[in-house]
Amino acid sequence: MQKIEAVIQPSKLDAVKDALVEIGVEGMTITEARGHGRQKGHTEFYRGREYSVDLLPKVKLEVVVADAMLDKAILAITTAARTGTIGDGKIFVSKIDEAIRIRNDERGEIAL
Amino acid sequence: MRLPVAKVFLSLLFVLILSGSVMSGSRMLAQTTAPGAAAAAPAASSLPMSQTDRIAALEKQNADNAALIAAAQTAGDNAWMLVSAALVLMMSGPGLALFYGGLVRKKNILGTMMQTFAMMAVITVLWALVTYSLAFGEGNAFIGGLHNVFLRGVGLAPDAKYAATIPLQTFMVYQLMFAIITPALITGAFAERMKFSAMLVFMVLWALFVYSPMAHMVWGKGGLLNASLGGRFPTLDFAGGTVVHVTSGVSALITALYLGKRLGYPKVPMPPHSVVNSFIGACLLWVGWFGFNAGSALSSGTLATSAFVATHFGAAAAAIGWSVAEWIRQGKPSALGAISGCVAGLVAITPAAGFVTPMSALWIGLIAGVFCYFMVVKVKAAFGYDDSLDAFGVHGAGGTMGAILTGVFATSVINPIFGAGKATGLLEGNAHQLLNQIVGVAIAWSLSIVGTLIILFVVDKLIGLRVSEEDEREGLDLSQHGEEGYDWAH
Repeated sequence: MQKIEAVIQPSKLDAVKDALVEIGVEGMTITEARGHGRQKGHTEFYRGREYSVDLLPKVKLEVVVADAMLDKAILAITTAARTGTIGDGKIFVSKIDEAIRIRNDERGEIAL
Repeated sequence: MRLPVAKVFLSLLFVLILSGSVMSGSRMLAQTTAPGAAAAAPAASSLPMSQTDRIAALEKQNADNAALIAAAQTAGDNAWMLVSAALVLMMSGPGLALFYGGLVRKKNILGTMMQTFAMMAVITVLWALVTYSLAFGEGNAFIGGLHNVFLRGVGLAPDAKYAATIPLQTFMVYQLMFAIITPALITGAFAERMKFSAMLVFMVLWALFVYSPMAHMVWGKGGLLNASLGGRFPTLDFAGGTVVHVTSGVSALITALYLGKRLGYPKVPMPPHSVVNSFIGACLLWVGWFGFNAGSALSSGTLATSAFVATHFGAAAAAIGWSVAEWIRQGKPSALGAISGCVAGLVAITPAAGFVTPMSALWIGLIAGVFCYFMVVKVKAAFGYDDSLDAFGVHGAGGTMGAILTGVFATSVINPIFGAGKATGLLEGNAHQLLNQIVGVAIAWSLSIVGTLIILFVVDKLIGLRVSEEDEREGLDLSQHGEEGYDWAH
């Protein structure tokens, strides 16, 4: 099993979600996040005072998939989330040792 | 078994209501027949009527008509004044509470809103006990006496010196709403760092020793600056440019200087946490201000209309003035800038509202918008004081400017306060009025500086003004009130 953590533009969430559902991914976790990579922030003005905002709003999406699904899932995310400009986000992949369904103690890929 | 009991109870209730309405209905019927019978009686007996009898009857009819006219005017004026009083209360809560609440960081929203709400409760009780008497009771040129403490003698009959057509209690409760919002305005200067207990004590003393004398001097019987009741220096202040905005704004500056900056200011960024809240608050302020200014006519006649129109035009022009200044200097017109400009214009038009034409109101608003923008953005930055929500930059500066411009633009066409056709403001040829306005403003500044400094010193020595550093970091919501404005976990 592999965990995909994708930090994406908030406006691309729906497209990514639909693409993942289409290839058969059944569960995902979404978090509203703030962060920055190479993308520069912006400045805001309130009554003449300048505030630089370098942590930008992003969405973090976590999906755990069977090993066989990994490449398809990554392709779905990159295709749906890409605009080609800086700030599109990143994907991190890591190995998952175990998955347990709380309802009935099913373990492994069947619990996904 | 419970159902029948309920049924019996309900039917009993129904019978009770029915019999009550039938009985009161028959009483109503009896009342409506009575005047008809009374009217028929004199008509039958007055066929051979002497001249003196007819004159007496006409005189009586005339007197009755006069009483009816007076009653009708009272009804009209009183309706508007009660609505105005409610509108002015709406300016404090939710208007000002939302406006200020949105400008602080989110850990302080309830603490900030509570400071305004506390005024709605505390100043009200204080007003009933003593401050109404100190502000509007008979007294000397500087402060009212104690004749009206506990609202003694403040009944439903009008006091012709203040407002001849509305109950004195309407006048009293209307003025109370001003006494509430004035200290609430100060809270913007010491936002996010004052102890709630210290704030309460400070405000009570401030209402007693700064607001009451200032209101008495400008609006009270025999007040030093009262323009309509023969003051020594007749200062034109229609709805509280000096009494409300100069006193609160200047006192705000003093509190900001005395308390010092918030932890980390100006290095740590402290942007408003919700301009949306502030936006709603500012719009409520704009609407409520019609009660504040047009209500200050203390009647619902033409003067109220003049003040209403001037208020609206002043607000609009100032919103544009601030926005344009911001657009030119920063490249974008912000929502916060537009609403701040609007409030600045409302402040500046407050003393002038019942004295100026709509065109003058546009000028006053435009000047106020640009002037307050520079006070808030440039002057505050240059001196470095932490007037956190710009209570001084908007109310102190806008109020001072508005009070002085009132002496320039006031015209006898709108309000012949010194007699019909007599020059009122500078542009009409009464240069002396400008001097009187400056005297009024100078007194308001002096009283605010001295009074506020002494009160701050006393409260600081008694219980301390600022929250601890730990409490300030945690936020006023938790440290002062044990609750949070936004609970994301539920």
